Amino acid sequence: MSHASSDAKPTPRVPAPDKLSSRRLPRWSPLAIAVGAVAIGAAIGAGAGLSSHIQWGLIALALFVLGSYAITARVEGTRQAKDRVATSLIWSSFVVAVIPLYSLVQTTISKGVKVLDGTFLTHSMNNVLTIQPGGGVYHAIIGTLEQVGIATVIAAPIGILTAVYLVEYGRGTLAKWVTFFVDVMTGVPSIVAGLFILSLWFVLVGSAPASGFAGSLALAILMLPVVVRSTEEMLKLVPNELREASLALGVPKWRTITKVVIPTAIGGITTGVMLAISRIAGESAPIALLVFGSNLINTNPFSGPQSSLPYYIYQQYGNGNDPSYNRAWAAALVLIAFVMILNAVARGIARWKAPKTGR
Amino acid sequence: MAKRIDVSGLSAFYGTHRAIDDISMTVEPRSVTAFIGPSGCGKSTFLRTLNRMHEVTPGGRVEGKVLLDDENLYASNVDPVTVRRTVGMVFQRPNPFPTMSIYDNVAAGLKLNGVRKKGELDTIVEKSLKGANLWNEVKDRLNRPGSGLSGGQQQRLCIARAIAVEPQVLLMDEPCSALDPISTLAIEDLIGELKSRFTIVIVTHNMQQAARVSDRTAFFNLAGVGQPGKLIEIDETERIFSNPSVQATEDYISGRFG
Amino acid sequence: MTTIETPPAAAPPRKAATVTRAGDRVFAAMSRGSGILLLVVMAAIAVFLTVRAASAISKDHGNFLTTFEWTPSLNPPVFGIAVLAYGTVVSSIIAMLIAVPIALGIALFITHYAPRRLGGPIAYVIDLLAAVPSIIYGLWGALFLVPHLKGLNLWLDNYLSWTVIFHKSDPNSAARSLFTVGILLAIMILPIITNVSREVINQVPKMHQEAALALGATRWEVIRLSVLPFARSGVISASMLGLGRALGETMAVATVLSASPVLSAHILDPVGGTFSQNIVAKFGEADEFGRDALIASGLVLFVITLLVNGAARLIIARRKEYSGANA
Repeated sequence: MSHASSDAKPTPRVPAPDKLSSRRLPRWSPLAIAVGAVAIGAAIGAGAGLSSHIQWGLIALALFVLGSYAITARVEGTRQAKDRVATSLIWSSFVVAVIPLYSLVQTTISKGVKVLDGTFLTHSMNNVLTIQPGGGVYHAIIGTLEQVGIATVIAAPIGILTAVYLVEYGRGTLAKWVTFFVDVMTGVPSIVAGLFILSLWFVLVGSAPASGFAGSLALAILMLPVVVRSTEEMLKLVPNELREASLALGVPKWRTITKVVIPTAIGGITTGVMLAISRIAGESAPIALLVFGSNLINTNPFSGPQSSLPYYIYQQYGNGNDPSYNRAWAAALVLIAFVMILNAVARGIARWKAPKTGR
Repeated sequence: MAKRIDVSGLSAFYGTHRAIDDISMTVEPRSVTAFIGPSGCGKSTFLRTLNRMHEVTPGGRVEGKVLLDDENLYASNVDPVTVRRTVGMVFQRPNPFPTMSIYDNVAAGLKLNGVRKKGELDTIVEKSLKGANLWNEVKDRLNRPGSGLSGGQQQRLCIARAIAVEPQVLLMDEPCSALDPISTLAIEDLIGELKSRFTIVIVTHNMQQAARVSDRTAFFNLAGVGQPGKLIEIDETERIFSNPSVQATEDYISGRFG
Repeated sequence: MTTIETPPAAAPPRKAATVTRAGDRVFAAMSRGSGILLLVVMAAIAVFLTVRAASAISKDHGNFLTTFEWTPSLNPPVFGIAVLAYGTVVSSIIAMLIAVPIALGIALFITHYAPRRLGGPIAYVIDLLAAVPSIIYGLWGALFLVPHLKGLNLWLDNYLSWTVIFHKSDPNSAARSLFTVGILLAIMILPIITNVSREVINQVPKMHQEAALALGATRWEVIRLSVLPFARSGVISASMLGLGRALGETMAVATVLSASPVLSAHILDPVGGTFSQNIVAKFGEADEFGRDALIASGLVLFVITLLVNGAARLIIARRKEYSGANA
């Protein structure tokens, strides 16, 4: 750097405004520019005969961003214009994301309600041809409940105990490895979990599995890291003073954990487990490999193929005709409702049972 | 360079809560004005209304006028960005940008304001660091991160960053409260030097500090918890500390407060 | 004056840990055992997949890495992952190019731009969307998105055909292409990237943002000066978590893509395949050897996602301040 010689030179002036007040655009200007951009975008789209509304939107978006920049740069200066463009891009990114997500929910609901009724919920696909309307998801609901239930029974205790280990006991290398692999496990694709159980069956049993239980094992693998991570976060929130107070009273450590620490965090732990359930309830890839799907009611998860809600949707989609599509949408609505209710209840519990640690 | 501040009838709110009520005062250019008072009396809030930083706080709202040499900061055609560029601020805890080098910290405001030539940046950065009495300590490590400096050095780095853009006014919000006595002394010396170029307003909890560095002192107080803070009096520092005109000021200064 | 919090004067509790009780030992062993079990499962996934994959690859008469076709039922069997690897990577890159900037935009929208009342509810809705099952994205993608993207495809082909990648061999073919898959994957990974980025951005200390503001920075300049540099590594790892999801996504790809063993630079053409899509599509008709071959391709996918996720987690772990990546 050339600081040595700079002493002699006069100090350059930092550009400074001579007045505080400046020309500013009115507060409603972004809205006006947006309305203008949409109008012109629609006009160009219609004029050029562009059939897709996505293109209309993209044109309007480009006009909006360019328009805000040009107008602001003219009136307020380039720095403000850049700020304005950043603002419009950030608002646009929000709008751009909302549109498909809204469409997803709206399509599922509007198409799903067509065939969703009591019959749909209480009947299987037994004796229903794929090209006929009718039939239902009863067998799939049973399959989902059983598979998810077994997965939870396996994964929740192991996951919670692992979290207890990490928070209350884990200090050394083992804890570090477990922490790292919990994170890595979170990223295992569901199809890989399915393939693993498949190869396990090949090696240990010598044949391919076709039972809800095999699917449950794969789901448990997907569920485990989620439970560990959320439980860990919750246990970390339990203040150390509580543990020390209990230990100081002479309560053994394991009793401290089971009687003080876990009850304090139970709300958060429950929430974490329920969120994990809602995640695996929508998994279909392992089911496709391990449970095979069935049109019949099979209440025994340990023998014979079963169906499940997400796999049912996949099957109905694969049939490729309108009655099947309608069933797929209706099942999608049932699944989405199931998952959303679980989510809402879980979050409700989290709020209701939040550990009162002050701040 | 330095400008006069005229405040009239200024109140500040957090949501519906009135934090300070109806404050009027004049801050002379090229002088140091200290704000003292008990915790929660609104002196920091008031300071932040002087560069429109108060409205950054969620729910923050201001009524009244602040004139900077006859221009109202709160006029509708005034951009808060221009105000903050004209009225610099140094915070309670040193806050250099953690991901930037010492050099880039000082240059940050300059680059925003369109100084781009390397030679000019070098000159102003050096001048500002010298102005903040930091040049000799950091000139060999300008490219090291600013967060590697000691607390006192970081605070002087923040002062260098603030004066680099040559503001009219320099606001300091308890600039020494996180520093040790030696660093505090260094900052106080620096304030004495800077007042020849800037209008300086400093909030402090330390009455000796107010007495040492300031020309005029304003005493703020509040009637009780949840009540808005008020300006009790403002006067020459010597008078405030020897013969204040209000009893509450004397009680506070002599430690008979509360 | 300042309120100084007095530290509690009580002596720290004494831990009587010299005698370990049986209950303590059993409980500690159980929780430790759970941790070990988790490691064993991870190891078992690697081992079992490798065993089956090795036996399949050893009988492969094509080159496992460079062969396009997937025909393990032929005699001699020929199968390779070239098309699948290409399709997986290309669709994930498209997804990332679309999702990362938009997710960052939404995260900034929630933290810095949205009216304060809106920020919370929007974050909540994004959270919920992360929970929508992938099969539903797949159903929507195949029955809604594919027909609606046809116009955009034609437009891209008309005007950007010269870029080669946007050239469409048959303009009338359905939009069941890697490009559509990429868009769908982008929508699917948007919530997770947004959520993790938002958490990181929320942790940017206020005082650094005030420092920028006090220098006379506009809102965007505040973000550029103090928010983005601080949040950068967090946003990178959030993106890599999203990438991990995109790479492994099965059902949404399987429903949308019209697969064929063609490796094409034209991303609008309805050809190609991905690892997981291929596994689901070929599984039903495969015999035991065919399944082993699919397991071999799954192993490759496993290793790729392992590397991506491991890298993401290492970036996060290096930032001690950041500790909240759930899911």
